[in-house]
Amino acid sequence: MIDLEQVRKVATLARLELSPEEEEQFTTQLNSILEYVEQLNQLDTADVPPTTRAIEVSNVTRADQKVTFSDRELVLNCAPDREDDYFKVPKILD
Amino acid sequence: MTSAAPAKTQYEAVIGLETHCQLSTETKIFSPSSTEFGADPNTHIDPVVMGMPGVLPVLNEKVLQYAVKAGLALNCQIAPYSKFDRKQYFYPDLPKNYQISQYDLPIAEHGWLEIELVDKKTKEVTRKRIGITRLHMEEDAGKLVHAGSDRLAGSTYSLVDYNRAGVPLVEIVSEPDLRTGQEAAEYAQELRRIMRYLGVSDGNMQEGSLRCDVNISVRPVGQEAFGTKVEIKNMNSFSAIQKAIEYEIDRQIAAIAAGEPIVQETRLWEEGSQRTISMRSKEGSSDYRYFPEPDIPPIEVSPQQLETWQAELPELPAQKRARYEADLGLSAYDARVLTDERAVAEYFERAIAAGADPKMAANWITQDIAAYLNAEKLTIDNIALTAEHLAEMVTMIDDGTISTKIAKDMLPELLTQGGSPKAIVEAKGLSQISDPEKIAAIIDEVLAAHPDELAKFRAGKTKLQGFFVGQIMKRTNGRVDPKLTNQLLVQKLKG
Repeated sequence: MIDLEQVRKVATLARLELSPEEEEQFTTQLNSILEYVEQLNQLDTADVPPTTRAIEVSNVTRADQKVTFSDRELVLNCAPDREDDYFKVPKILD
Repeated sequence: MTSAAPAKTQYEAVIGLETHCQLSTETKIFSPSSTEFGADPNTHIDPVVMGMPGVLPVLNEKVLQYAVKAGLALNCQIAPYSKFDRKQYFYPDLPKNYQISQYDLPIAEHGWLEIELVDKKTKEVTRKRIGITRLHMEEDAGKLVHAGSDRLAGSTYSLVDYNRAGVPLVEIVSEPDLRTGQEAAEYAQELRRIMRYLGVSDGNMQEGSLRCDVNISVRPVGQEAFGTKVEIKNMNSFSAIQKAIEYEIDRQIAAIAAGEPIVQETRLWEEGSQRTISMRSKEGSSDYRYFPEPDIPPIEVSPQQLETWQAELPELPAQKRARYEADLGLSAYDARVLTDERAVAEYFERAIAAGADPKMAANWITQDIAAYLNAEKLTIDNIALTAEHLAEMVTMIDDGTISTKIAKDMLPELLTQGGSPKAIVEAKGLSQISDPEKIAAIIDEVLAAHPDELAKFRAGKTKLQGFFVGQIMKRTNGRVDPKLTNQLLVQKLKG
């Protein structure tokens, strides 16, 4: 179902650094989860429309009215690093 | 040893555009922070923009309305059921590590727009329909400020401003129907015109409200299969779009002719050197692992709502162009110039509604008034001359009350101070002299004042007719009817 290569790819995409032991461990665990969920495929769903949502709600919108967030400093201070009014991040290769 | 030169292969380019348009809302797509451009860094941020745990994004109703209207104006089918998805990637301009976008159920699909191409030499106009694959809503990312630029090239960090993060965009994807740089630039301009007519985006390329990415490949003419596609970014004017494409077509054809492979990559247009350069591709960036956005319920546009929005659409530039040519008898060129900006088209329409001859009104607007607007960097809304007063002036020229010259002399005052041209003409006594007896009397005076010239004329120096016309105009401040004056002058000179 899912092999070591796929686990490595997903880890790379999610920026996770896995040790060889963890790679093995997650391959086994993910497979058992997928096998469990796979049981659903025993049902014949040919005539059942796909569910995209658990709650029947649509068109939740708000008016285009400006409200300034009251505590900008709080947001800036949540970052690991800042410089003046900027968020500071490691340099990105470009 | 010689060998016959192979026939030169003809190539054609296959081009598609992805255009991002910023919607003109007050607030962000999913939160009530301001979308104002040019504010101090990180002043328009809030927990939703930053993707703090536990926040709830809620769609701005204007974004939906604007996106649907844009879709309708682009002749798209509006999805009865649409949803948002998360597009995952890691880049520091994206505070949440995902962008809320639309993946498999975009708000609008399967549309088209019509571009008009004018041949530079023959002035011949051709029209071409360009398919629109899809239009979807999404949020913009923030802006990276690379600390110190060149001087601090060794700098180890970047700075991020999230003011732009969460600003509402529509992304419009064209079919690969474009073949030249000119077509692509024209497509982008028509898209901008439509967005501005709708009032859903200001289309300002300098401020990044309109951004175009180009997908381009070349293939031998007659070949079905597409060549390898290259993406070009970073063009911030319509002429840059055209030039980048023209450069890239030449580059790709040269590479193929030399037997070099085309690499699928993203290239940047460099305005300074007028060329495209290869950009290192983001590793694994093609795998976005989209999934439905769980915080935002789906969108259902009811037929009634759709009808209301459809009814609110203005007449669009292509429709105006067609109508001006067919119903008002204007040239394709005049129709194009008049309809470029909605405000100008509406000014023109008010002038003809007030009785102005369409061709005359078109000439005044596209020539004298346009020249003034250009010189003063004004828009048509900023001039004192109302469309109704323009109509009054044009009608006075049309019925012979004033000459075109008098109108041109009056124009600066009308543009800056306004007022009724009729009242000005009456107050200053500028009306045209069209009584043949009065004109004849003036001609007699002029001829009497210049006996030498008259003698020379009668001796065969007929070029002097222009001299006499000039003297008559000078004496009357250009108020005499020029046609009648010439007729009478010729009679008198010969007589």
